Amino acid sequence: MSTAGFNSQNGTGPGQAYSNGPSQNPVAIQQLPGVSYGMTHQPPYNPMQAKAPVAPGPGLYHSGYPPVSSYQPGPQLASYSTPPGQPLLTRPQIAGPPLHTPPQSASPSPGPRMPLAQATPPPPAVSSSSYYSNLQQPQPNAQPWQYNPVPAPMGTPPPPNSMSSPPRGPVANHLNPPSSSTAPPPPPSSSTAYSLPQQAYGSHSVTQPPGPGIPPTSLHGYNQPGVAPPPMNPAVSLSYSMVRPTYGPPPTGPPLSGPPPTMKPTPATGPPLANVIPPPLKADGTIAGNGPQSSNSYNHVDNKMGGLPPPGPPGRHLSHYPSLPPGYQNTAAPHKPTAPVHPAMQAAPQPYSQANQPYQQPHSGPGQAQLSPSLAALSLQSSSPEALRVVNLLQDRNLLPPTSVPAPTPCLPHDLQKVNCSPEVFRCTLTSIPQTQSLLNKAKMPLGLLLHPFKDLSQLPVVTSSTIVRCRSCRTYINPFVSFLDQRKWTCNLCYRVNDVPEEFMYNPVSRSYGEPHKRPEVQNATIEFIASSEYMLRPPQPAVYLFILDVSHNAVETGYLNVFCQSLLDNINALPGDSRTKIGFITFDSTIHFYNLQEGLSQPQMLIVSDIEDIFLPTPDSLLVNLNECKELVQDLLKSLPTLFEKTMETQSALGSALQAAFKLLSPTGGRMSVFQTQLPNLGVGALQSREDPNQRASAKDIQHLSPATDFYKKLALDCSGQHIAVDLFLLSSRYCDLASLGCISRYSAGSVHYYPSYHQQHNPAQVERFQKDLKRYLTRKIGFEAVMRIRCTKGLSIHTFHGNFFVRSTDLLSLPNVNPDAGFAVQMSIEENLNDMQVVSFQAALLYTSSKGERRIRVHTLCLPVVNSLSDIFAGADMQAMTGLLACMAVDRSVSASLSDARDALTNAAIDSLSSYRHSVLTIQQPGLLSPACLRLFPLYVLALLKQKAFRTGTSTRLDERVFAMCQLKYQPLAYAMLMIHPALYRIDDLTDEGALNINDRTIPQPRVLQLSAENLSTEAAFLMDAGTVMYLRVGKNCNPIFLNQVLGVPSYAAVPDNLYLLPELDTAESQRTRAFIGWLKDQRPFFPTLHVIRDESQLKPSFMQNLIEDRTESALSYYEFLLHLQQQISK
Amino acid sequence: MEAAVFILSLVDCCALIFLSVYFIITLSDLECDYINARACCSKLNKWVIPEMIGQCLSTVLMLVSMHWFVFLLNLPVAAWDIYRYLKVPMGNMGVFDPTEIHNRGQLKSHMKEAMIKLGYHLLCFFIYLYNMILALIND
Repeated sequence: MSTAGFNSQNGTGPGQAYSNGPSQNPVAIQQLPGVSYGMTHQPPYNPMQAKAPVAPGPGLYHSGYPPVSSYQPGPQLASYSTPPGQPLLTRPQIAGPPLHTPPQSASPSPGPRMPLAQATPPPPAVSSSSYYSNLQQPQPNAQPWQYNPVPAPMGTPPPPNSMSSPPRGPVANHLNPPSSSTAPPPPPSSSTAYSLPQQAYGSHSVTQPPGPGIPPTSLHGYNQPGVAPPPMNPAVSLSYSMVRPTYGPPPTGPPLSGPPPTMKPTPATGPPLANVIPPPLKADGTIAGNGPQSSNSYNHVDNKMGGLPPPGPPGRHLSHYPSLPPGYQNTAAPHKPTAPVHPAMQAAPQPYSQANQPYQQPHSGPGQAQLSPSLAALSLQSSSPEALRVVNLLQDRNLLPPTSVPAPTPCLPHDLQKVNCSPEVFRCTLTSIPQTQSLLNKAKMPLGLLLHPFKDLSQLPVVTSSTIVRCRSCRTYINPFVSFLDQRKWTCNLCYRVNDVPEEFMYNPVSRSYGEPHKRPEVQNATIEFIASSEYMLRPPQPAVYLFILDVSHNAVETGYLNVFCQSLLDNINALPGDSRTKIGFITFDSTIHFYNLQEGLSQPQMLIVSDIEDIFLPTPDSLLVNLNECKELVQDLLKSLPTLFEKTMETQSALGSALQAAFKLLSPTGGRMSVFQTQLPNLGVGALQSREDPNQRASAKDIQHLSPATDFYKKLALDCSGQHIAVDLFLLSSRYCDLASLGCISRYSAGSVHYYPSYHQQHNPAQVERFQKDLKRYLTRKIGFEAVMRIRCTKGLSIHTFHGNFFVRSTDLLSLPNVNPDAGFAVQMSIEENLNDMQVVSFQAALLYTSSKGERRIRVHTLCLPVVNSLSDIFAGADMQAMTGLLACMAVDRSVSASLSDARDALTNAAIDSLSSYRHSVLTIQQPGLLSPACLRLFPLYVLALLKQKAFRTGTSTRLDERVFAMCQLKYQPLAYAMLMIHPALYRIDDLTDEGALNINDRTIPQPRVLQLSAENLSTEAAFLMDAGTVMYLRVGKNCNPIFLNQVLGVPSYAAVPDNLYLLPELDTAESQRTRAFIGWLKDQRPFFPTLHVIRDESQLKPSFMQNLIEDRTESALSYYEFLLHLQQQISK
Repeated sequence: MEAAVFILSLVDCCALIFLSVYFIITLSDLECDYINARACCSKLNKWVIPEMIGQCLSTVLMLVSMHWFVFLLNLPVAAWDIYRYLKVPMGNMGVFDPTEIHNRGQLKSHMKEAMIKLGYHLLCFFIYLYNMILALIND
């Protein structure tokens, strides 16, 4: 019999939506203007029509923004207002005949997907008693960037909805809304946890431990598998507060309401828009007569759609190019409406009316429940025309959305999309997969996946089952996208083999019903974790083993990192993930290798020095790695004495290679994690390196040499380590060249991570010290998985041809990951080997098998489902510009190592040219002047330019080789969300933060200033700006900055008094200070590692690095954004 | 004399044919996941230099025995082998690098290369055989 228990990891209790989760407060929602989605496939897709802009009234210019004149002063052209007045094709008649059925994927999962296709799987099913969250996740700082739990208003199915959903018989009690917001305080024991306010369970309340007399179907297995409380421990808190971890916003409920016609334009968009309101209003009226209906499926798309730049607060969203370069005025003018109402708009037939639709309002409208499923799916399938709205990049300036750019949502039938994998975990560059390779070649966009498989998740269903159901031929794990032929058979969605449903899978432990295999948690969640049985082990699960290898040469002692390291480890020694078997060991090295005998019984640690570095051996093999719990005192003694031990050392040489070999010998029987701290170029023994950097070539515009490793020693050693399940994490703290290109290999192929702290020094660089300290804390305490492998499977016909990230590819689809950590990202490139003609969807599955720090074998499975399309416009509509940028960055890193940096730069530029020219020549039917791009790619050229100016790829600006190589490592290794900040930093004005539109998280109000374009034109001397570049933040204070800000936030009387190296905001008790600190703290909380904050003035040393991040501006060696666009245009029109 | 040259070439060519077959088998083992990349590459890298030497040997033999046509047939392949060997980046573990072989379709291109070489060596085999018989008859 199988039992399944659900629990969450890092459970945080009821809360917010998943992304950085907190839902906007109602005010913000009201202000979000939306766009209704109609049919993309209105056959003659008329860009002219689509482009016909909303005529802005005169009021548009009084928007509180001074006219931004970035290019040349000139007469203001009649506005081409994009963001607020997105002209769109709408499809008001929701019930209209499906005339233009998109050929590729109109019908929602036809045929045998019987149960799923119809009834929306009841989200609250999971809220039955078997879900409980697990509060004791030992990662105190792990929460902020995790998914937050589903917000109460969204996750809680409102009663009206459950009424309107079709009756589902035995499932009825699932629909009891066990609302997360009303979740009572944690019950003391699970027996109370089961006594839910659900009557069905009242009589069936089960006590946790398997007692006598419990029927075989009882739920005694519902304990928390693998997480700290032992299975028998009934103390489980926060029961049933978990709503099922759907990643998308739950579909039903008032906040996500009706189809476009019912949407009312927000008043916030102001009078100028009144011109275009009538058509939709009319439609609104007609539809409104249909009475209350539950939500329609594409709300969901709406809310997450990346295409729109939703206007910010009223009055600030209307900045556009007020002027054009003279050369463009002529060409552009004819296409710009000057009259308040464009004739074409009035004449437009209603279904195509250019409505300016606001975002979905939280009122209910006609909904899916009353639509036939196929129709609902149809409306979804016709992907948003918003994504294809034509944008002339040369004219539309403000393309950045006010907050972060959301990931596009695949155009899937609603029931599939609802269970699809979160874009934060699994993302594809093209959310609509082309049918053939030739189509993909025509689109000229990269196809690939970006994964963040071990991300800290706040809700993760965990299943304990004696049999894990997998496809018999391709070994795919059962997932939400398989189809059930009948109750006994399921068809694999990757290889299409028909498999039997095992007997125990027939029983659904969540609903405790029999005969509903499709309601099993495995089939309801795209992200799920299994507790694996012994057949998934080649050897008994290894204990957590940590070995620290510390450089103690003169140079290292000089930087003073040992103090910080030892203190951090002392502070966090109890928080190291592990169980009673955890082992720890230390090796220090300079020109000799020092081992530390920490065997139980010794009065103090014993140092053993091995000076024969050519033929390294272990002096006492069994007492160097000791059990942490048994020998904690000795370890603490050692950590306290270590910094003083080498204070007077004069040894300058570094035998890193031998130390690594020794560590390998020490760890190879068990596997584990090596953490190497290195402060200089290894120059002794094996693996010695020579300095290859020529400082005079740092700013060279010519090709950069030495990006590839100088020796294969580190690579070989890394592969040896990988074979023995050892990962090597490298901390490089050095002011001088260390040849990271060679050293980095040790981490790259053993699935470790690289951390680089240039110019680290205890006294001279306190910001770096703080960062190191905070990073160490995260590093030591974060979750870790040992002896892991990850397999990425995809539907037959697709194949993976290149992998990016830190790992060793053991076979065609198997990545060997000696350790896996929550901050590791991966990317793969794919090709289409066979035509996907008869498929409507394809799926990708990443399965990560690992040993948890508690010694459990677990499998985390993510499944992503994407539609297959056969037209170029659909491919473009589904393009994900951020994912494409991330993948391109990985490809460019490869290219610059294997060929040259200039090759890589050319390839990046060509990628932008290719995709836009393909769009222009193959998708657009009417050629217009200008540089046209679909809305979903509108930021792509900007991102490409940002990549060209990124530290990794820039030329002409002085960049140290190590920093360049480190930037390359990070681009390949970081998950997309963090890499994007590195590529394209976010700029905010923070001297006028208000609570308007602010987020509310845990009673903290977090202001949400608008993201500004990275251009000096946005800067002013009267304001203060915050630039968030991922690992570093700059707070630039203008010369004439508001004295209130200086006083209340920085705590200084005047601009001149701002200290030079301020890297911490004073904690002042003023509203402004609180707001600023809340905002910066919130930004910091979103990433695992600590960004340093530098307050800079005009005279600061760091000002150049701030200015270099203003990527839209021209620098001595690089084009401005506008020039870059002109270059693209020139190339495209060739 | 001429017969001896061709007999030697024939033996050399047989060895190269076997080597090509061995490459193909090992690479397809890797493709089918029967061995891992590390094992596969260390097996193959061992034979890169012998293959190069074998190829150069037959080229030189043809040169000294002044069989220009066969020499020109052999030269590009020998040149390719040497070029491939010299072009290996410093940080790589040989012509076949376990960390790279699954990337950018390298496995496929190695496979293709081995196939082409097999065909080429078979062709050479018959040329040598023909020439050898001819030489023996002339003797």
